[in-house]
Amino acid sequence: MTFLQVTLFLLEGFKLSLLIFAVTLLCGAPLGLPIAFCSMSKFKPLKYITKVFVWIVRGIPLMLQIFIFYYAPGLIFNIPISRNINLFFVQNYGIENMGMIIPVLVAFAINYACYFSEIYRGGIESISQGQYEAGYVLGLTKSQVFRKIVLKQVIKRIVPPMSNEIITLIKDTALANCIMLPEIIMKAGQLASRNALVWPLFYTGVFYLIFVGILTIVLGKVEKKLDYFKS
Amino acid sequence: MAFLEIKNIKKSFGKYEVLKDISFSLEKGEVLSIIGSSGSGKTTLLRCINFLEFSEEGTISVDGNVIYDGGSLRKYTDDEIRENRLHFGMVFQSFNLFPQYTVLENVTLAPTLLKRGTAEEIENRAKKLIEKVGLTEKMDFYPCQLSGGQQQRVAIARALALNPQILCFDEPTSALDPELTGEVLKVIKGLKGKDSTMIIVTHEMDFAKNVSDKVIFMADGVIEEMGTPEEVFDNPKSEKTRNFLNKSNEI
Ligand SMILES: Nc1ncnc2c1ncn2[C@@H]1O[C@H](COP(=O)(O)OP(=O)(O)O)[C@@H](O)[C@H]1O
Ligand SMILES: [Mg+2]
Repeated sequence: MTFLQVTLFLLEGFKLSLLIFAVTLLCGAPLGLPIAFCSMSKFKPLKYITKVFVWIVRGIPLMLQIFIFYYAPGLIFNIPISRNINLFFVQNYGIENMGMIIPVLVAFAINYACYFSEIYRGGIESISQGQYEAGYVLGLTKSQVFRKIVLKQVIKRIVPPMSNEIITLIKDTALANCIMLPEIIMKAGQLASRNALVWPLFYTGVFYLIFVGILTIVLGKVEKKLDYFKS
Repeated sequence: MAFLEIKNIKKSFGKYEVLKDISFSLEKGEVLSIIGSSGSGKTTLLRCINFLEFSEEGTISVDGNVIYDGGSLRKYTDDEIRENRLHFGMVFQSFNLFPQYTVLENVTLAPTLLKRGTAEEIENRAKKLIEKVGLTEKMDFYPCQLSGGQQQRVAIARALALNPQILCFDEPTSALDPELTGEVLKVIKGLKGKDSTMIIVTHEMDFAKNVSDKVIFMADGVIEEMGTPEEVFDNPKSEKTRNFLNKSNEI
């Protein structure tokens, strides 16, 4: 196999990794917000139910959650759901593997939403009561105080932990492997086992390194942008 | 009826009664200093007046209108509470400036959000207030670039921006290095005038004696002594006041 062929072969897998990354971020980050607010709710039952939920999702390996979303619906309802979804998307849109991609995306989005929610909660709770009170005595509404005073300070505080989580996420996408989704590491494994090629294993690492490098620069810029104030 | 009338305020945290029947009144343009040892309830009293806490009993009236009645069983709405708060301004011990805004933005934020005029009017007014506290050249600085004394002066300008009828200070110099207290006290003293009614909780006895029309000494949640500065500082009637003043003289 030529270098170009290997590159294209791996890139096909990396596209899937990037898809999982993007969807998880785009769905998980907003979904984390309501979870964070529920876990801070004054209504005790809601608060504790949310906390138990977050504890379960963060306490169980993500791989097991992927298995659950992949196998459980079909086994419980006794119909080959995954195969049906696959067929539907292949026949209608010519897209493959959707029967596996969808449960993986759901598992990732929920799992990461819970991690994000804890970061949000930590950020919000770290803002001193004095900031709220200074806004209240100026006659501002609760929503004005949150949007105009607290929010930016929260964002500043959550950018570093969010960056960590986001960098972990791109590497976690390899877990899709466990239900035979051909993301980049599975592809690299195939090259090693079928074509007896060693170097693509190292080359695969380069894909991750470049992407993590870009993320580090972008997230670093965001952090820098909020450097102008201390809180 | 006096301009500000506080009647029979009672406030407990759980079983612990922090304010036990506090009453006093203040005329327009008067300066009231509240002194007393730590834990006597001074902050809690100011917080009740600014509706950061709600007293279970007692009334607060401004300019003849009862704006709050702790004994009434109805619950005040968020909007009513906000309206009530606008009668008062508050300067905190720990400044609580908004770190992401410049000095100017800290002062314009609330008037802008409350639509107190055009952007230009608000900015001009803010600039005048910043000049008044002597920080014109720091207008575009962020709080983290200012000394504590400067931050507190910004906090004073910010509180003045909404033209409160009564301005409250909770130990405005207690978080400052000794060499910085003077500049803040000077600014507060400069605010004295026929239209600015102020309540100042302070440990600066000389300042209180100088600036006040009225002094309250609080102990264990009650007003132990109240009167003119001369009465309270020079001829205290209560034993507790005498002890307190002696102790603060020793320091
Ligand atoms: N939110 C609160 N919950 C419980 N106790 C409080 C609270 N705020 C104040 N206290 C108590 O009330 C008493 C008076 O406090 P404070 O008003 O801060 O006194 P001061 O300002 O005179 O030092 C203190 O004993 C304090 O521990
Ligand atoms: Mg206090």
